[in-house]
Amino acid sequence: MIARVIAWTTQSPRSLLRQAVALAALTWLTLAVMGSLLAPLLAPAGPLAADTTRSLLPPGPGGLLGTDLLGREVLTRLLWGGRQTLGMGLLAMTVTVGLGLPAGLLAGFFGGRVESITMRLADALLAFPGLLLAMAAIAVLGPGTASVAMAVGLAAAPAYARVARSAAIEVRTQPYVEAARALGGDAWRILARHVLPNTAAPLIAFAVAQLGWVLLNGAALNFLGLGARSGTPEWGAMLNEGRGYLRDAPWVSGFPGLALTVTVLAANLLGDGLQRALRPR
Amino acid sequence: MTKYVGRRLVQAAFVLWLAVTLAFAGLQLTPGDPAQALLAASGATPEQVAERRAQLGLDDPLPHQYARYLWNLARGDLGQSWLHGRPVGQMIWEQLPATVELAVAATMVGIVLGLALGILAALRRSTWLDTVTTAVSVVGLSTPTYWSGLVAILLFSLYLRWLPATGEGDLRHLILPALVLGFALSGSIARLVRARVVEVMEEPYVLAARARGLPSWRVLLVHVLRPALPAALTVVALQLGFLLGGAVVTESVFARRGLGKLAVEAILWRDLPVVQGVVVVGALAYVLVNLTADLMQTWLIPRLQEELT
Repeated sequence: MIARVIAWTTQSPRSLLRQAVALAALTWLTLAVMGSLLAPLLAPAGPLAADTTRSLLPPGPGGLLGTDLLGREVLTRLLWGGRQTLGMGLLAMTVTVGLGLPAGLLAGFFGGRVESITMRLADALLAFPGLLLAMAAIAVLGPGTASVAMAVGLAAAPAYARVARSAAIEVRTQPYVEAARALGGDAWRILARHVLPNTAAPLIAFAVAQLGWVLLNGAALNFLGLGARSGTPEWGAMLNEGRGYLRDAPWVSGFPGLALTVTVLAANLLGDGLQRALRPR
Repeated sequence: MTKYVGRRLVQAAFVLWLAVTLAFAGLQLTPGDPAQALLAASGATPEQVAERRAQLGLDDPLPHQYARYLWNLARGDLGQSWLHGRPVGQMIWEQLPATVELAVAATMVGIVLGLALGILAALRRSTWLDTVTTAVSVVGLSTPTYWSGLVAILLFSLYLRWLPATGEGDLRHLILPALVLGFALSGSIARLVRARVVEVMEEPYVLAARARGLPSWRVLLVHVLRPALPAALTVVALQLGFLLGGAVVTESVFARRGLGKLAVEAILWRDLPVVQGVVVVGALAYVLVNLTADLMQTWLIPRLQEELT
């Protein structure tokens, strides 16, 4: 068991490294997370520090990425906005994995009625268009940043449950699991000791790929005004705020949009790369 | 075959019933009194609210309410807006054409672009062209339409002044939103078409057709494109959820009328019957389109019919 984990951890990064794209994606995500975490150090003035004498300055040596209507630094708001946007992604993925992983693993491992109930429920939830399901959840929870994160997390959970189920089914029929069962091992112990570690690789990869979806749609809901209050430094909300003066100051919407696009792209590429690297051949 | 169609129909009906039930449960979980919400604007007395509660049947036991909800849905009655006091079905019906127009136009753009990119990548497999087209499709998948939409407005409306930025009316207003949403859609179509064409190119009948010296455009059109089409069709059906969600956002970017605007306003005003109605209509569309796509695919690929019987 331990040998397997070691083999996995030592081998997979190497096969990953071969893919320069996945590495670049990982680098960007790391930079984005670092930038957000270090925002108070990098931009101590804070995202709300306004200076109306410096309204709508173009990007350049003086203002780096320019300023918005209230003279707030776009770069500063971008760094602080990363805390909101990436934090939203993290909370949403916690909800997705928290709901989808147990449901999927139990369904795949135990089969029978547990499986048919959870999977029919997942099917029904998958019948709703993802963003609409998230919007319905916000209608129930009430608008707000936490609601947005929970709503997109919930909307992504059924797909995660399905993938977790097929991963568990694959492992369930492996000789070592069958041996453990034949020896009369406790089902929960087998689940924790054998099934969970051996499904970890594909499930981590899928979670990374879903992070892209979650970020894209969570920021969309903020863009639509269903989450962050106006003025909050959040990438989707910043994009929306800049729309009013798109012609005169395209950088106010442009940079948050670029940051978001590159981050979503990075999550998708890294997810792809991981899925390919971890697929057993 | 008939057995498969029957099973697929039952399956679709079951998923739809469960989805509709979840929508009912969601509304029940929401705090607040619908009668109060309906009458809030007119400043009604508690007696009037109580009377309205009785009228709406909100005092009935939950199973009764649920049965009535299903019965009303079956008759096409989606309830009444808390904010406007109008039938939800009517409100959705008014906004539907604008959204369907955008969705259909975007799907056409997506299919044309996706087929072109996918076939190009497959035919020039493992060359720089393959890399570039694959990259374009991944970027299409990852770019938020609310950003590409703004970039398109900036470029084509504000700088080049070719097309109107926002609003609706003639076909010119439809071009930019359809291109933006269609581009986002084309990525997933291109991926699957590429995979399918790579597969098909190695089939003996394609080799035979090429060996017979048929012109390459003919091989492409008759022998390669035909099997690739069902693949594109399935993606479109599976991506309908993405398309509807994307339409909501795109409508907002281009200030268009449609279901998106209706839903966003309903959420902000907590007009829950309208939200419920839009979500139920979305689920209905998704289930029906996927059912149709599945049945069409078995019809387009005769081999599947044998496997299924």
